[in-house]
Amino acid sequence: MLFNNLSKVTLALVVTLFLGACATQQATTTTTTKSDDAYTGTETVKFLADGVPDRVFFSTNKSDLTSAATTTLAKQASYLKANPTLNIVLEGHADERGTREYNLALGERRAIAAKNYLTSNGVAANRIKVISYGKEKPANPASNVLAWSQNRRTVTIKTN
Amino acid sequence: MKYKIFTIFILFFILTSKSFALVSVDITRGNLDPLPTAISDFYLDPKLGDNIKKLQLESKIPELIQNNLSRSGLFFALEKKSFIQRPEPAHNKPRFEDWIFIKTQVLVTGKISLEKEDRLRVEFKLWDVVSATELSALAFYTTPDNWRRVSHMISDKIYERLTGEKGYFDSRIIYVSETGTKVDKKKRLAVMDQDGYGVKYLTLGNELVLTPRFSPTSQHVTYMSYFRNLPRVYLLNIETGIQDLVGDFPGMTFAPRFSPDGKKIIMSFAQEGNSDIYTMDIKTRVVEKLTDHPSIDTSPSYSPDGSYITFNSDRSGFQQIYTMKSDGTNIKRISFGEGLYGTPVWSPRGDLIAFTKLYRNKFYIGVMRSDGSGERLLTENYYQEAPSWAPNGRVLIFYRETPSDSSGRGGGAKLWSIDLTGYNERLILTPTDASDPSWSGLLSGK
Repeated sequence: MLFNNLSKVTLALVVTLFLGACATQQATTTTTTKSDDAYTGTETVKFLADGVPDRVFFSTNKSDLTSAATTTLAKQASYLKANPTLNIVLEGHADERGTREYNLALGERRAIAAKNYLTSNGVAANRIKVISYGKEKPANPASNVLAWSQNRRTVTIKTN
Repeated sequence: MKYKIFTIFILFFILTSKSFALVSVDITRGNLDPLPTAISDFYLDPKLGDNIKKLQLESKIPELIQNNLSRSGLFFALEKKSFIQRPEPAHNKPRFEDWIFIKTQVLVTGKISLEKEDRLRVEFKLWDVVSATELSALAFYTTPDNWRRVSHMISDKIYERLTGEKGYFDSRIIYVSETGTKVDKKKRLAVMDQDGYGVKYLTLGNELVLTPRFSPTSQHVTYMSYFRNLPRVYLLNIETGIQDLVGDFPGMTFAPRFSPDGKKIIMSFAQEGNSDIYTMDIKTRVVEKLTDHPSIDTSPSYSPDGSYITFNSDRSGFQQIYTMKSDGTNIKRISFGEGLYGTPVWSPRGDLIAFTKLYRNKFYIGVMRSDGSGERLLTENYYQEAPSWAPNGRVLIFYRETPSDSSGRGGGAKLWSIDLTGYNERLILTPTDASDPSWSGLLSGK
């Protein structure tokens, strides 16, 4: 099967400057990927403590924090500051609609974005480890848009 | 975890060889008219002992050769029951009119005899039936338990004689065996012959392992493991079973491959949200940073002469394919089509780069020239990625996943191969689900 003549699609080129605490600011051009498909529900969410959700969600191919994500991370930061002996691992994850190696890098980028938010809000960096699982550990195993949005996430896990 | 590499002695080399065959196979186009080929049972020397006779190698060897040639899509194997002439006279001197009568164009015959105790002499001849000539003949000396290897080597000789290109049958595939559910998958390294036989598991499945790749000598494998929850690149000697961490670096190391001389591993380091490409000399452990950009740079692959590297970067804002010189200079974007591009791998012939493409929610395996021109998509599916080249650069192996339902059922990964022409797509059967395949070089060398 040859697909030399894929029909053209008009690309809406939106140049977005990443602002915020993330260390990897760069000019980013988006094309076919949606930039507003971060999950906003609570279905897979667990809690570190009362009112402190354990995870935040990302848009496709993105690692910038949504306002919902920063709200959650702010709660995590307060909780961690109130419990100074707690250490955490930040797991970065991607959905299954990407190549494995790129997704490993993307998961790492997401975990670091969350870590940078926590550290800039007063949590000591040496309390936080990050690990990327790429697309290896989905929270929702289905192959649909909802599952993918629930899988594009970072999860904060207490290690002690 | 020992993997014994057998030695095979080729004592006779090319008994006779005529330089111009009248039959030949064109492998540069999709072959819709495979060559009618008869593979006769081999003649078994009656003096062989019962212990060897019971192995039935006189039919197993030709069957394996037939399977190899048929799977290449270039040959059409005629049914054995239509053969008129018996194996022994056919091997000595075929009655060509008998073979023409059943519409054979190419005939393979053979003979199995004893070299000395427990060592066999396996001889084959390749005949051009139409011009009534012997094209080549060769004998291999080996132990009986090594008959598969010999059959693959004979298949390669036939392929080479008729296509003018090296074969790829005497080679192996390393892959990741997958069991369990999607949210709790057990992954193990596994290695098998290229036809799917002889699967051996190289890790126990206690930790997540990903993306194994052979060294040029096929004895070493580099891969990624989450041993002790630290995602790092490892080196495994599949003969001795000894595993080595490839340097203890801060952050994650991933996406490893060998340099063509086998002396270096090229890989990505992820630190503080930024993945760049590095090489490490395996002997001296000297590390060199090749890219320095706040984007994701990953999936590096050397050109076969080692002078260039292709890789994947999202420095333009989304995943595209780039090339650079092997010292990291002269970075050029080469993919400009619509959609996202990943996992570039340089062909062993040097001319093409195979890749994965994501476009409008479909995944494609494709090839383009190393300057980015001539993009050609070979296969479209729900999800497939990570092509790896057969040693002759004519076939690609990759893995494909199907969607899972709302409870996560289905969606298992399988290995597939496809010809560079875009034809001859085939499922490669594995005992478990399988992903991340990587093809070895020819085991018998070049």
